[in-house]
Formats: sequence, structure tokens, C-alpha cells
Amino acid sequence: MSSFLVIFIILVYLSAIFYVAYWAEKNSKSRWVNNPYIYTLSLAVYCTAWTYYGSVGLAATSGLKFLTIYLGPIIIIPTWVILMRKIIRISKGNKISTLADFISLRYGNDRFLGALVTIICVLAIVPYISLQLKAISETFNVITNHKITAISILDDTTFYIAILLAVFAAFFGTQHTDASERHKGIITAIALESVIKLVFFLVIGLYVTFYLFNGPVDIYDKASVLPNFETQQTIDGLNGGFNWFLLSLLSMVAIFLLPRQFHVTVIENEREKYLKKVIWLFPLYLLLFNFFVIFIAWGGNIIFQNQSMDADLFTLMLPLYNHHEFLALLVFLGGFSAAISMVVISSLALATMLSNNLIIPYGFLRRFSEAESEENAESIKNIRRISIFLLIIVAYLFYKSFTLDRPLVSIGLISFVIIAQLAPAFFAGLFWRRGSSKGAKYGIITGFLIVVYTLIIPLIIDSQSLESSFVNEGMFGINILKPYELFGLQIFEPVTHAFFWSMFFNVIIYSLVSVNKLGSYRERNFAEMFVDSTKYASLQEGAYVWKGEAYVRDIRKILTRFLGESRTERALNLFYLKYGIDKNTQLADARLVNFSEKLLTGSIGSASARILISSVVKEEEISLMEVLYILDETQKTKESNKELKERDKQKNEFLDTVAHELKTPITSIRALSEILLADDEIDNTTKNKFLTSIVSESERVSRLITNILDLEKLATGKEKLDLNENSIKNTILKSIDPFKQLAVNKGIKIKFNEIDDVAVVYDEDRIQQVIVNLVSNAIKFSTEENGEVKISTHVNQKIVEIAVEDNGKGIEVDELMFIFNKFYQSKNQTILKPIGSGLGLAISKQIIESHNGKIWAENVNPHGARLTFTLPLNKN
Amino acid sequence: MKKILIVDDEPNIVMSLEYIFKKEDFEVFIARDGAEAIEIVENSIPDIILLDIMMPNVDGYQVLNYLKESEILRKIKVIFLSAKNKSSDIELGLQLGADKYISKPFSVKNLVKEVKELLNKKI
Repeated sequence: MSSFLVIFIILVYLSAIFYVAYWAEKNSKSRWVNNPYIYTLSLAVYCTAWTYYGSVGLAATSGLKFLTIYLGPIIIIPTWVILMRKIIRISKGNKISTLADFISLRYGNDRFLGALVTIICVLAIVPYISLQLKAISETFNVITNHKITAISILDDTTFYIAILLAVFAAFFGTQHTDASERHKGIITAIALESVIKLVFFLVIGLYVTFYLFNGPVDIYDKASVLPNFETQQTIDGLNGGFNWFLLSLLSMVAIFLLPRQFHVTVIENEREKYLKKVIWLFPLYLLLFNFFVIFIAWGGNIIFQNQSMDADLFTLMLPLYNHHEFLALLVFLGGFSAAISMVVISSLALATMLSNNLIIPYGFLRRFSEAESEENAESIKNIRRISIFLLIIVAYLFYKSFTLDRPLVSIGLISFVIIAQLAPAFFAGLFWRRGSSKGAKYGIITGFLIVVYTLIIPLIIDSQSLESSFVNEGMFGINILKPYELFGLQIFEPVTHAFFWSMFFNVIIYSLVSVNKLGSYRERNFAEMFVDSTKYASLQEGAYVWKGEAYVRDIRKILTRFLGESRTERALNLFYLKYGIDKNTQLADARLVNFSEKLLTGSIGSASARILISSVVKEEEISLMEVLYILDETQKTKESNKELKERDKQKNEFLDTVAHELKTPITSIRALSEILLADDEIDNTTKNKFLTSIVSESERVSRLITNILDLEKLATGKEKLDLNENSIKNTILKSIDPFKQLAVNKGIKIKFNEIDDVAVVYDEDRIQQVIVNLVSNAIKFSTEENGEVKISTHVNQKIVEIAVEDNGKGIEVDELMFIFNKFYQSKNQTILKPIGSGLGLAISKQIIESHNGKIWAENVNPHGARLTFTLPLNKN
Repeated sequence: MKKILIVDDEPNIVMSLEYIFKKEDFEVFIARDGAEAIEIVENSIPDIILLDIMMPNVDGYQVLNYLKESEILRKIKVIFLSAKNKSSDIELGLQLGADKYISKPFSVKNLVKEVKELLNKKI
């Protein structure tokens, strides 16, 4: 294919991506931009050119091992609803914008730690970006049939693509100064690219499996006769098992800690509930992506068996070899999408890290604190833009100057191993309070040095074909220092070997240092906040304890410098409103200090924010005991305030309902009497009807008043129970006596089932009141024909159970909880307006509870409701 | 003859209002909850509605909302009759678009006067 055509297609494709990003940025409120599917698809930035070409290469040479890179994430992602939610909450609560910010904040805003994390990330990821550029360049050469490899930069298409990507990331990535804001444009473009790369990969998979061959069985049959087939397709014994296990573990860590993954998963998360989609959709995406890998690899092995062909290029060569150039172009575009999404997100995440955790805190802080606000916002953005360009250019030069002739996978895995050095500090920091910043620093540095020793130095020696005895005989010829077999450990492959030893020492040093040396109080305060994130999330600005002296005007000055006059004003007003603080307060309290730090964190990173704010506040040291004590107190006051408010609200609601219930009968009485008074022509029947109503409404008022007073007395314990030993059977008979006539009139049968008589101590009047309530309720709810009310008692060892059952419609399941509430009236009453006050069951409950009994409602088969209460038999 | 719809779940209140408005030469419709009220409104568009707020299932606010969403029903006069008489309740009721808010217990004479005034007022 001519290179002009391909370049033209690339340009069209890139403009489309730019346009999508532009559109999404403009319509950032649209449902098309804000949904869990876009979010999930953006996570698929995990699948880079490495997946597209490298997996196939690995599968062709080493069989199923490529799966480990996806197994780890697939296994761990279901835990995200808990684990990732915690990480997201902490990050949102503190306006964190990068992984380096997250770790440095956990260890008390440690500036050095943030910088260290940044350096580790840059060292790990820049070669990885180079790899993507290499993939673009190689596949471009293959598809345009270029054979020349050594061309000058200015003639190299990849260079211009790299520049375009930098422009894209710089333009859409720095729309806001606050880096913790979401980048809707980029994310939507990435999501689109995730669809493209998956679809094109599936197309080529189907093509190889069903067009070039007759389905999976055919490929298997032909591939299985190739040499080495058997050994490739097994885990390879116990040693291989260890390698598998460690590689899966490595990829499990990577899905959290790769800067681009942290960025898309945490920073770009709009709603926590998206995670619920992610936990099944994202693993599904990864499975789909990997479905055809092995078939493409086998197909390549079969077709190219007698040619020396780079297995990494099988995906592209298969259609080209069969003269399907259009298909090859699709593959190229798919791989291109995979590569550029990785480049864009990684460079954006790294650039934010570089600016917020390295450049600003170490270089620009002083200058910023003297300049005007507009200049600062622009400078911050410029630092980030320049960082993006620098990163991509350095990555490009790296690819140009080092012949990266290792397979794609191995360099990718080295990145993973380096990034994994952050794992102990990151994960232990979430769950272990004692983890200290010193421990984290020493652990990370040690782990990194071990990776350098066991993996990077041998690799450099290897790739430059240097003569050295280092690899084969160990440093200074000492056998146990052989880089690939450190301390005589021989069962691992180089990558897993390096991962194993670096993690081993990293974890040990981290824990030992943390245990032996206490962190500062500040550090431990943040440790508390991270570990117990749910507990302290509600405290918000109150979660960090601070003692000292600061003036509002000094803090305001700093804020203005970075946020501008109007945003500062708005933020502070909101703050005053939230905490009910007077606007003219002179002295700043801990909450304002924390609030301001958080405000700045998004723009300049947590370490710089802390340094700036502490430059104007005089902080006093406080002990950890004090920190914990104050936190606990704040928590308690907050809770008890909430309780008080809740009780207040309930009381108000109760009073409102009482007023309403009292006014209703009075309204009828007033209206009816007014008519009677004014109207002389009223006929006798109507007059009688009105008068009867007035009498019954008056009764209703007095009944209501008695009940309310009763309830009040019982609830406050003002009325003592008149406790005597009574026969439960007698009490029941006495209670239902008044109902006999009513029951006969309504045609309802009152039945007794298994009445166990027993003598119990209780207040007979009160228990009678309960039974009357239950029986009158049961009569009310019974069917109008063949109504039946059943009463039974049952004596246990410790209690007597009295049940009243009707054969009405039963109680709706969602009502069961509420029927004992004051003024609750059921929907299923046969009479439209009940005679009751709506307090009967509430009073009954109060009475039974003051007897230390229980009362509950349930439905019975086939229909009807049963209300049961118990009284304790023991005489105290 | 003007049509009036009385919506209340208290039989005795309904009874008194029914009597007085029949005497005043209204055609009286009665609904015992919001759902019934909406049904009647749709079938025989009344001139004015006396609307209770706290009713089971569909409450008075919902009925009023329903009316205000319809081009035709929007013009029906609505008087809230409610035992809720905090100033915030009244304000809310009027904001939702009720023409009057009369708290319970009310004077029948006064109510009749208000109804007539509302109906005579030119829009």
C-alpha cells in the first residue's frame, strides 16, 4: 500500500478522534459522555499495542502464558466494588490527581515520597511509551512495504504522529488548572478507540479462524503437529506454576498502579456506582479480546512455519500474506488505536505527576507565591503541556536510539515490575496504620535497586552484546549474586525472578522500618484517614487535626494567587456557609486550613499545597494520642448532633400529626354546627344525621386525647404499672366480653384455640387494653362474610405467647414494619375511615415493652394477619 | 349551574360541604381520595375544586400537579382545605398554583364567600 494513502488514512482517523474529543468536551453534560459504558471502555486503555501484537507473539512462542497478563485483572476486578470504591472516595475527598499524590498524601504529604513515586513511574513508563511508538512505526513500515529502518527523524512518520499525539494530550488534558477535574473529551475518545481496537481484532480473529482455516478444530489439528506444541500449551510443572502465579499477581498489581490505569479508574470516575458495571463488563472485554489470540498465533505458526518471521507481527502479516490489504489496514488501525490511547493517557498522567509532584514542589513554589493569579494558572498549565511534549519526545528518542529488539511483551513486563515497587506502600497504606513514610521510601528504593540489578543491568549487557561475566558468574564472580539466580533461586524466569526478590525485600524493609520508627503525628493522622476512610469521610475538613495559629487573610492571599479572586471568594463563602462561620472571622481554624489545602491540591499537588499553606500558619506539634482523641471527639459530637436532630424531627412530626388528627374532627364539628345554627329550613332527618355526627366526632376527639396522654405517660414512664398476678385466660375473657354483641351483629365468629392458662404478673388493665386493641383491629380487618377471629395462648418455659388472628386480606409486606408506628393506618381496611385513632398499636407496643415483652405482626396462610405478643413468666 | 368537586377523606366534612353547596345551587361532585378526584376531573370538568392535602395514596399536591400539567384542566380553580397551617405549608400550596389556601377548621360561611368570589373573578 502506498505510504501516502496510509498517511492520509491516519490523518483522517486522527481528525475523527480529535473531533470526538472536541465534541465530548463541548457536550460534557450529555448522557453519551456520562455513562458507565464510556467509563468501562476507557479502562480498556489497559490493552495496548502489546496486547494487539505482543500477546500473539508470546502465544506463538510460549503458548498460553500471555493469559496471565489478563488473568490477574479478571480475578481482582470483582473486588473493586469495595477496594476501588475506597480508593476513589479517598481521592475525591482530597482532590487527588495522580498516583504520586495519593501515596504522598497517605504518608503525610511527604514531598520527597511524591517525587520518588513520580521518578519510578517515569522510569517505568517512558520505555513503555517508546514501545508503542515502535509498534506504530514497525507496523507502518510493514503495511507500506518500507524496508528502510534507519531514516532521519524528519523523514519519520512516527515522529509526526508522536507530535500530533502530544498536541492532542496537551490540548484536551489541560483544559482545567485543577488536574483532579475530569477530562471528558479525552476519555470519550479513548472509549471510542477501545471499541475500534476490539472490533478490528475480533474481525481479524474471525478471519484467521474461519476464513484462512476451517474453524478452531482445524487450526488445532494443524498446529498440534508442529514441533514444541505440547510443551508450549502447558503450564510446565511446578516451576511453571510459580511463574504463572507470580505473573498473574504482577498484572493484578499493575491494573491498580499503572499511572494510566489509576488515572482512568480513579481520577476520571464520575460516579461510584459505575463500578458495578465495570466488575462484569471489563473482565468480559478482556476475555473477548483474548479469545482469538491463540488461534491467530497457531495460524501464524502454521502458515509461516518455514520462514523466520517476527511472531509479534503475525496479526498484521496474516492478511497481508494472503493479499487482503484492506483487512491488514483494519489491523493496522486497531493497533494504532491501542497504541495512541496508551500514549495519550500515560503522558497525561505522567505529566500531571511531573508537574504536581516534582517540578512545582521543587522548583516553582517560590515564584508562584509571588506572582499574580492569572499568570500562575497559565504557568501551571504550561508546565503540564511542556511535560507532555517532553515525555513523548524523550520516549521517541529512546525508541530511536536504543534498538529495542526485545519482544514487546518483555519490555512491557519490565515496566510492570518497576511499577509494582509502589505496591507495598500503596496497598499496605490502605489497611495498615503503622506503615510510615520512611518505610515506604526505603522499601521502594530497595525494591527498585533490586530490579535494576536482577533485570535491567543484565538486559542492557545482553542487548548491547557486551562481553561480561556479570550475568553468568555473578558480581565479583560470587555465585549467589548471579542476577538471574539471586541467592541460588533457580525456578523463576528473569521477570518473575526480579519481581519475587524485589517484592520480598521491598515488603520486608517497608514493614521493618515502619514498625521500628514511628511516623510523625501528621503522617499518622493521614494514615488514620486512609485506613478508616468510611469513618472519617463524614468529618470532611474536620478529619485532619491541626493546632496552631493562622490568619484568614494570609490564607486568602495564597488561594487568590492560584485560584483567582472570584473562585477564592466563592469557595470561601461556600465554606463559611457550610460550617456556619461568620464571614469576618480573623483567625483560621483547622477546618479552613484543611479546606484550603484541598483546594490547592488539585492545581499544584498535595505536597506543594501543604508547603504553601504551612508557610503562613504557625503549627504546633501535637501528640498522636491527642490526634486520636480529638478525632474521636469530633466523630462523637457529629453523631450525637445527628441523633438529636433526628429526635427533634420525630418529635416535630409527631406534633404535626397530633395537630392534624385533632383538627379533623373539630373541622367536622364546626362545619356541621355552623350549618345547623344558620339554616332554619333544615329537615329533621338531616338535622338528626348532623347531630349524630357531631356527637361521634366529639367522642373521637376525646378518645384521641386520652390515647395521646396514655402514650406520653407510658413512653416517659410517668405512670407506674399496677403489677399483680393474674390468670391470662380470665383477662382474655374479660377483654372480649364487650365485643360479643358487635361480633354477632357483624356476623363474625370469635374462636378460642388452645388456651393454655397460666398465672402471670402484669398490669391487668393495661394488658386488657392491648387485647381489646388487637381484637378490635382483627374484627376491623376480617372479611365481611364468614369473618373469623381466632385467639390462642401458648406457654413456653419462659414466656406466654398470646396471638390474635383474623382471616382478612393480611398486611402488605412493606407495611409490616410500620404498623406499630404512631398514626399509621393500613391500606387494607375494609371500612374506609377507621374508628381508631391510629394510636392503638403504638400504645399496645409501648405497654408490652414496659412489661419486657415483645409484639409483632405476621401474615398467615392462606390469608389473614396474626398479631402476637409475649409476656415473661418469671416474676421479676 | 356551576360544578364543584369536593375532595376529602373525612365523611363528615364531605357531608357538611355537600349540603351547603347543594343549597347554594352548585352541582356537587365528591371524591374520597386523589385518584378518584382525577377520574372525576377528567370526566366532568368542574369549575372549582376544594382539595384536601393529606389523603391516602394520591395526595392533594399530586392532584394539583396533575391539573397544572394539562392545558385544559389548568384553568380549574383550586382551593386547598388543609389542617396543615404553617406559613411554609401555605406558601408551598400557593406556589404550586392553588388559588386559595384555607386552613381547617374553617368557617362554612367564609368558605362559601371565597368560592363565589373566585368564580366571579374575571381572568
